[in-house]
Amino acid sequence: MTELLLARGVRKSFGKVEVLKGIDLTVHPGQVVCLLGPSGSGKSTFLRCVNHLERLDAGEIWVDGHLVGYRRAGGKKYEMRPREVADQRRDIGMVFQRFNLFPHLTALENVMEAPRHVLGRPREAVRQEALDLLRRVGLEERAGHYPAQLSGGQQQRVAIARALAMKPKLMLFDEPTSALDPELVGEVLDVMKDLAGAGMTMIVVTHEIGFAREVADHVVFMDDGLVVEAGPAAELIASPRHRRTQAFLAKVL
Amino acid sequence: MSAVEEHANEPIVPLRRPGRWAAAAVLAVLAAMAVSFVVTTPALRLDLVAGYLLERSIMRGLLLTIELTVLAMLVGVVLGTALAIMRLSDNPLLRWVAAAYVWLFRGTPILVQLLFWFFLGAVMPRISLGVPFGPEFFSVPVNVLITPFTAAILGLGLNEAAYMAEIVRAGIGSVDRGQREAAEALGMRPALVYRRVVLPQAARMIVPPTANETISMLKLTSLVLVIGLPDLLTSAQLIYGRNFQQIPLLIVASIWYLVLTTLLTFAQSKLERRLGRSDVHVGGHA
Ligand SMILES: Nc1ncnc2c1ncn2[C@@H]1O[C@H](COP(=O)(O)OP(=O)(O)O)[C@@H](O)[C@H]1O
Ligand SMILES: [Mg+2]
Repeated sequence: MTELLLARGVRKSFGKVEVLKGIDLTVHPGQVVCLLGPSGSGKSTFLRCVNHLERLDAGEIWVDGHLVGYRRAGGKKYEMRPREVADQRRDIGMVFQRFNLFPHLTALENVMEAPRHVLGRPREAVRQEALDLLRRVGLEERAGHYPAQLSGGQQQRVAIARALAMKPKLMLFDEPTSALDPELVGEVLDVMKDLAGAGMTMIVVTHEIGFAREVADHVVFMDDGLVVEAGPAAELIASPRHRRTQAFLAKVL
Repeated sequence: MSAVEEHANEPIVPLRRPGRWAAAAVLAVLAAMAVSFVVTTPALRLDLVAGYLLERSIMRGLLLTIELTVLAMLVGVVLGTALAIMRLSDNPLLRWVAAAYVWLFRGTPILVQLLFWFFLGAVMPRISLGVPFGPEFFSVPVNVLITPFTAAILGLGLNEAAYMAEIVRAGIGSVDRGQREAAEALGMRPALVYRRVVLPQAARMIVPPTANETISMLKLTSLVLVIGLPDLLTSAQLIYGRNFQQIPLLIVASIWYLVLTTLLTFAQSKLERRLGRSDVHVGGHA
């Protein structure tokens, strides 16, 4: 298997409402894939299935050769215990729309938290790496600040550093700039561009079509729980074939 | 032009507040009356108050009151936290057990609970561990295990746990769901999510009502009188039972309760400031 992520027939319902109706997706190492689509189309839900923050009702997701959240035996898939799922998530970083930094910890402590307490690595080494990561997102001098003392853009950059601290193989971004004031969007997108340039494999849910066109290798357009259209970024954005994709792009461009 | 300049230089007169002066005068008179009552009422026997303040049985009672408060709160906080986590778990049986516990211990008078543990030996002479209706591995007489002191800790602590469970549950509920998800997404196992992310943030909500509970526990410990333990108030009562100086001895006990409450209040505000360190400046933009 050369793909880093392989999703097949992913279905998910909340109560009686089916939110994902059979999603297929392949992501190769080093690829940046943007998920586009109207609000409520199931983009966040799919992203959350990738690191098993949501259970699947059908289908499967493989990340780096491991079946996420389940163990196959005797023609069935058995759900894993919470601690096993937790261990699987170490290889998958996630960045949230609302940052979700830990407010009781400083920027540096936020970045150090997982390597220290999930991996149990020594303090000094982790501290050095965390400072390097903060430098990489341009926030070294804010290391001692608490989240409440940082702007939204700065918080989101710390959140990216926090996810990178686990050295993930795959990064998931769920509308990372949607909660930001317009003048702060650029600084976060710049960090993401650097990351893509450094070869990180990324799945990005976004409404920033400019970012998708410039950075993504592949764009997937979702609507109503289905992949409507997928293809190379430049091509799909310039000349969408499907009517729903055309309508969506006309609205956001 | 020059007229405006003149206005600009006119002095500003602050609003007069005659009510404040009137209130201050009334309070000063009342305070003077209180002081004169204390000083000129011989029945208060301030000389006796001073004499008994450091008396040995009062000191021993004070120590017992402190011990009971600390241990009962320890039981209450630890068991209450466990109950709160059970109450919020996915397991319906655990949820039900925790709810039933709170229902039972909050729904009966604490005096009844104290007496219940005290008299347990009478209805159940031995405690044993083993297969129900089957062989026993281990058995001890209850009156060895349950002294008046342990009955007091059980009675006060188990009752407190029911109240602490609700306080901790509210505290945990106040932590944003996104916090737990962010922790899970980093690969934290469930216990670590609680220990490193949820509980430290819940603590800020939990500390003020817990300090309140500790202060009321301090005074609730005086109920151990009914099972014959000489706490602070009971020691004072034992003395005035002999010498009939009720008022001075009640003042002695009150002074000590006030001292302890003041210390606790001080500790509370220090702890709250420590926990509030992270929001020196809230309201960076979104
Ligand atoms: N936890 C949940 N419980 C019930 N419904 C949900 C839940 N999460 C999402 N949904 C619903 O699923 C649909 C898809 O949501 P989402 O994946 O967030 O869409 P998107 O991210 O594309 O805007 C929406 O209709 C939303 O209301
Ligand atoms: Mg969404």
